[in-house]
Amino acid sequence: MITILGVPMQALFGQLLLGLINGSFYAILSLGLAIIFGLLNIINFTHGAQYMMGAFVAWMLLNYAGLGYWWALILAPVIVGIFGVILERLLIARLYKLDHLYGLLLTFGLALIIQGLFRNEYGVSGLPYAIPTELSGGQRLPFMFLPNYRGWVVVASLVVCIATWLVIEKTKLGAYLRAATENPTLVQAFGVNVPLLLTLTYGFGVALAAFAGVLAAPVYSVNPNMGADIIIVVFAVVVIGGMGSILGSIVTGFTLGLIEGLTKVFYPEASSTVIFVIMVLVLLVKPAGLFGRTA
Amino acid sequence: MLTRLLLATALCALTAGAALAETPVKIGVLNDRSGVYADLSGEGSVVAARMAVEDFKAADKGLKVEIVSADHQNKPDVGASLARQWYDRDGVDAIFDVPTSSVALAVAQVSREKNKALIDSGGGTADLTGSQCAPTTVHWTYDTVALANGTGSAMVKRGGDTWFFLTADYAFGQALQRDTTGVVTKNGGKVVGSVKTPFPTSDFSSFLLQAQASKAKVIGLANAGGDTINAIKQAAEFGITEGGQALAGLLIFSSDVHALTPKVAQGLVFTEPFYWDLNDGTRAFSDRFAKLSGGKKPTAVQAGVYAGVLHYLKAVEALKSAKDGTQVVTKMKEIPTDDPLFGKGTIRADGRKIHDMYLFEVKKPSESKGPWDLYKTLATIPGNEAFRPMSEGNCPLVAKN
Repeated sequence: MITILGVPMQALFGQLLLGLINGSFYAILSLGLAIIFGLLNIINFTHGAQYMMGAFVAWMLLNYAGLGYWWALILAPVIVGIFGVILERLLIARLYKLDHLYGLLLTFGLALIIQGLFRNEYGVSGLPYAIPTELSGGQRLPFMFLPNYRGWVVVASLVVCIATWLVIEKTKLGAYLRAATENPTLVQAFGVNVPLLLTLTYGFGVALAAFAGVLAAPVYSVNPNMGADIIIVVFAVVVIGGMGSILGSIVTGFTLGLIEGLTKVFYPEASSTVIFVIMVLVLLVKPAGLFGRTA
Repeated sequence: MLTRLLLATALCALTAGAALAETPVKIGVLNDRSGVYADLSGEGSVVAARMAVEDFKAADKGLKVEIVSADHQNKPDVGASLARQWYDRDGVDAIFDVPTSSVALAVAQVSREKNKALIDSGGGTADLTGSQCAPTTVHWTYDTVALANGTGSAMVKRGGDTWFFLTADYAFGQALQRDTTGVVTKNGGKVVGSVKTPFPTSDFSSFLLQAQASKAKVIGLANAGGDTINAIKQAAEFGITEGGQALAGLLIFSSDVHALTPKVAQGLVFTEPFYWDLNDGTRAFSDRFAKLSGGKKPTAVQAGVYAGVLHYLKAVEALKSAKDGTQVVTKMKEIPTDDPLFGKGTIRADGRKIHDMYLFEVKKPSESKGPWDLYKTLATIPGNEAFRPMSEGNCPLVAKN
């Protein structure tokens, strides 16, 4: 058997695939963050809490309304997205004229409040959420056992990421969005309703987080702190990709998932820090991130 | 200020003595109320303490008991300063619960310094009654050595003689792995590998794959809380148990299994000192507890707080004072323990509470009749075999012969 640094090739393939799956979560989450930052200039620290809400809404739909996973995949992002729209209208919209820091403080505070409320209501042990029957079981690949659900996660997140990218890069709506990012005043002068555009963008970014939350519910523990753990990593991904760069966030999301996967084989102790080491290196060489433009 | 305080205390003591001869006792329940251990200790432990005071009929016996509680956030510095504040300013006589080993050790230190009793239920480290033992400490519910003993030897006896560890990469996880490795090899088993997982980890799939590739018969989970839940959930997804490997949980509580559901956790084997459905005594207590806690059954830690408070009050009643921690704890060691949850037992000179431990297995979904019908008992481990012998603990309190 061929080995690389003492690790069999086959095991390596398996780990790479797993890395790709984790990368899927990073990609969707960082995509939402990048869109929100790109257009609203808000560093959305509530993102982790909104991801957690996605998973909880999926659980609520199942337990209170009897609606299963597939409904949750559509409804949870919509519900949490609407919640995001309300947040934006009520609170965040008031901060656009102020420094970034105020947005950061507000969204961070909101995240703590949301997490606290869920913790009070549902405790910290987490809630059970089963893998949908259509996706249970798995495939015995030559190099590993791949649960069907994990395969679905990669496919779903790739589709969502590419679709989002196409909408932003190739459609008229996307053109408005990009223009409004460049120069909101000018776009408004052309008769485009920029505040509405901002609200909807925030709602969409939040919906992406909730979508990732629903994807995560069957495989990760559904608990109020689940977002707090992952959000820091996702921020690092966004910084590496370049704040506000759509393509950058998708590509770095998947790539860093792969790198993290490899670290778990060769030096597992470092797997939680490797992304931050890369972040430091990238910032030293390219302060605007890999795909970012220097202002 | 100090003289005024002393005067006030003296006055209080005088008037109280004249009126009713009531002994004031102030109990502090110090635990995690918002983090990963909030469900297994948290408010439930306060409920348990209150139930103990009620059941002891403290008021009839001349004790005036007051209970306070606080969140130590799993941080040793926060825990230690809360303990200091309670002892110095708020007149707390004894602290209960204190999960998270590092916090427990810090609070034990403060309690010793202030000569106040610490009856620990939630903490795991066996050092509390080992190298760091104190005349003011009682360690009630469980410790890492007992867990490793129970699960390690039982799994090897059931044929699980090769082990692979998933170890949380900090002191607690490493201690758990070290203790279990000792037990496994002593029983003729072998450890074929281990992986240190960062703490906390949400995705264990990569580590599980390594465990799978090791072909070990048993995968030992040397972690706790959310890490354990994630690992077990993902082990089910990757068909680990279907592939013939067994999972051994080294620190599992009923709140974890309840969160996982038997569908995901079935077949998991682990050691615990308490389960709500053990006998009439535990069932009666648990039903009352559930009514006060939104339907939740008590965990072993919460049961330990109940039993600990009960026994503590017995000692205070005998002494008619709660002020001298060493005296109270010495009294607690003298009186044999007896309560409906842990049965009859003793507290050793090193502070270790001795009672039976149980080897449990999580039921299959077909066997489970309700959301809290989770365990079946595989074996009872007698108290004298479950815990580390006093001679091996290196506790300075115990004179070596």
